[in-house]
Amino acid sequence: MSERTLAPEELVEHLRSRLGAAIRSVSIRRRVQGKKKVPHATIWIDIGRESLKPAVEALREIQFPHLSVIAGADTGDAVRLCYIFSVQYGHPKGECMVTFAVDLPKTDLTVPTISDLVPGAVFSEREKQEFLGVRVVGIPDGRRLFLPEDFPEGIYPWRKDETGVPAGMVRELWRLRRPEGRPAPPAGRGPGENGDSRAEGSG
Amino acid sequence: MKEETKKAPYRVPIGPNHPALKEPVMFTFEVEGEVVRDVDFAPGQTHRGIEWMGMRRNPVQIVHLTDRICGICGVVHSLSFSMAVEDVAGIEVPERADYIRTIVHELERIQSHLLWAGVAAHELGFDSLLHLTWRVREDAMDVIENLTGNRVNYGIVQVGGVRRDILPEQHPVIERCLDRYESLLGTLLSFFLDDATIRARCRDVGVLSRENAIGLCTVGPTARASGVNVDLRQDYPYAAYGDLDVRAVLPGQYLGKTHGDVYDRIVVRLLEIGQSCQIIRQCLSEMPAGPVTAEEKLPKLLATCKKAVGEGIGRVEAPRGECLHYVRMEGKDSPAAWKVKASSYSNLMSWIPMLRGAQVADIPIIVASIDPCLSCTDRVAIVRDGRREILTKDDLHRLSVEKTRRLQG
Repeated sequence: MSERTLAPEELVEHLRSRLGAAIRSVSIRRRVQGKKKVPHATIWIDIGRESLKPAVEALREIQFPHLSVIAGADTGDAVRLCYIFSVQYGHPKGECMVTFAVDLPKTDLTVPTISDLVPGAVFSEREKQEFLGVRVVGIPDGRRLFLPEDFPEGIYPWRKDETGVPAGMVRELWRLRRPEGRPAPPAGRGPGENGDSRAEGSG
Repeated sequence: MKEETKKAPYRVPIGPNHPALKEPVMFTFEVEGEVVRDVDFAPGQTHRGIEWMGMRRNPVQIVHLTDRICGICGVVHSLSFSMAVEDVAGIEVPERADYIRTIVHELERIQSHLLWAGVAAHELGFDSLLHLTWRVREDAMDVIENLTGNRVNYGIVQVGGVRRDILPEQHPVIERCLDRYESLLGTLLSFFLDDATIRARCRDVGVLSRENAIGLCTVGPTARASGVNVDLRQDYPYAAYGDLDVRAVLPGQYLGKTHGDVYDRIVVRLLEIGQSCQIIRQCLSEMPAGPVTAEEKLPKLLATCKKAVGEGIGRVEAPRGECLHYVRMEGKDSPAAWKVKASSYSNLMSWIPMLRGAQVADIPIIVASIDPCLSCTDRVAIVRDGRREILTKDDLHRLSVEKTRRLQG
């Protein structure tokens, strides 16, 4: 870990030198808060899936990157995965977030695992498989993570097409009104009929 | 040794709910005698599909939903989510709101760490210490109620700022609470760190190496106790932290050496209580005057959010570590995508190296030592007489109504 931290522009330069034309677009977004307006930066980079692993390796040359999470979105014809990393942690005000976004066409929803480079990634990769229906090639543990065992196959909760959650699976509590077959309310002790409201914990 | 390896290890399922583990998660332990050889876990026992719900609501509605993701962290989710939406929509938060966000955020850290300290004491069988920590935790809860109107689900953060100001007459209330904590901290440190039993039960128990902590994406006090210098308040300052010069609390600073065990996790959390008190004091004295929200009128705020197109990230240092929200807006009322990454999401994987080779009796304190938080439920899996049934939201609602009726006599 070097003493000096790289500015976001220098980080982008480093990634360009490693990835070259594989970088499809780059944007650096800074946000300032508080009185001193100390900025923090996020670098958003669009790449193809074949460049995902080289991209993570390029980050590892700077510092072992922290993977926050892999976020995902159904964008219509594609599923977009955002690998949200950060590097230069441990340096006061020096951390920078780097997000690699990969668009996977729905005709081929496969992406290589990065868990050989970042072992903790397998947790988020399992979640993306079950919630978005992508296939993570080479994942060391492909089991479901959050969904129950009896959740139907082929339904992916975050998808917005025919593989999403169908209306029949959704039950809305507010429609249920009062449940039937419940015990009858105690006679004479309904609201306002009870002398000692304090003991009931009124409210 | 050969004798031992010939025996098939026993597989011991623990969960999805267990009185010693508090949080709903299904563990499968492979044990040989008293030693845990391997461990596997299945979270999701109480998954609510909250992101699915959010993608069908507008940002102002989601803020109130985020308040309810966790019963302890009432501010970190609403803060991360709001910051993510502000990031997409280009909303600039007034400086005073940044300070109020920071103050409530730190009060939350104090009460969360004290709650955890009580749980840890209880897991070790030191129940008088549990009662002490939970009693003094009430001070922070009272101040939070004074500032926000609520003990939990604070409802203080809104996209663009906060919903309530901190008035001059509330300053002494906060300061009295901080005085009490600062005078108590030495006592708490000596109860936890000088006690022979706690030392014997926690020192070199549930060790997480620095290398594993980094490789498994561990965050917060769990990572810091393994010597990883990470704290978003220091590395990636947000809200008022850029003005405050916060430094990560590492066990090596206090004890000279890092073990990465349960004991170090206690050290980090207790010291952070004192650090939070200092941060709140500094915020109170340096808080600028001015408005507390960028847009008071909710319809206007919603109109701004509706116009927003793009992706944004909000990221804060929750009591348990980094909490991150990703939001994608496509010019509609609801976000096109929303990902909630709670701190425990990043910390669960670290259970496996911690528990391998541990004693069965140490499982509860090791599991509790990362301060896991697996949020509550739209369904519950019940295993009874060997049968497994799922209770849905309406079943739970019915049971709850019935219980209220029963209690009313």
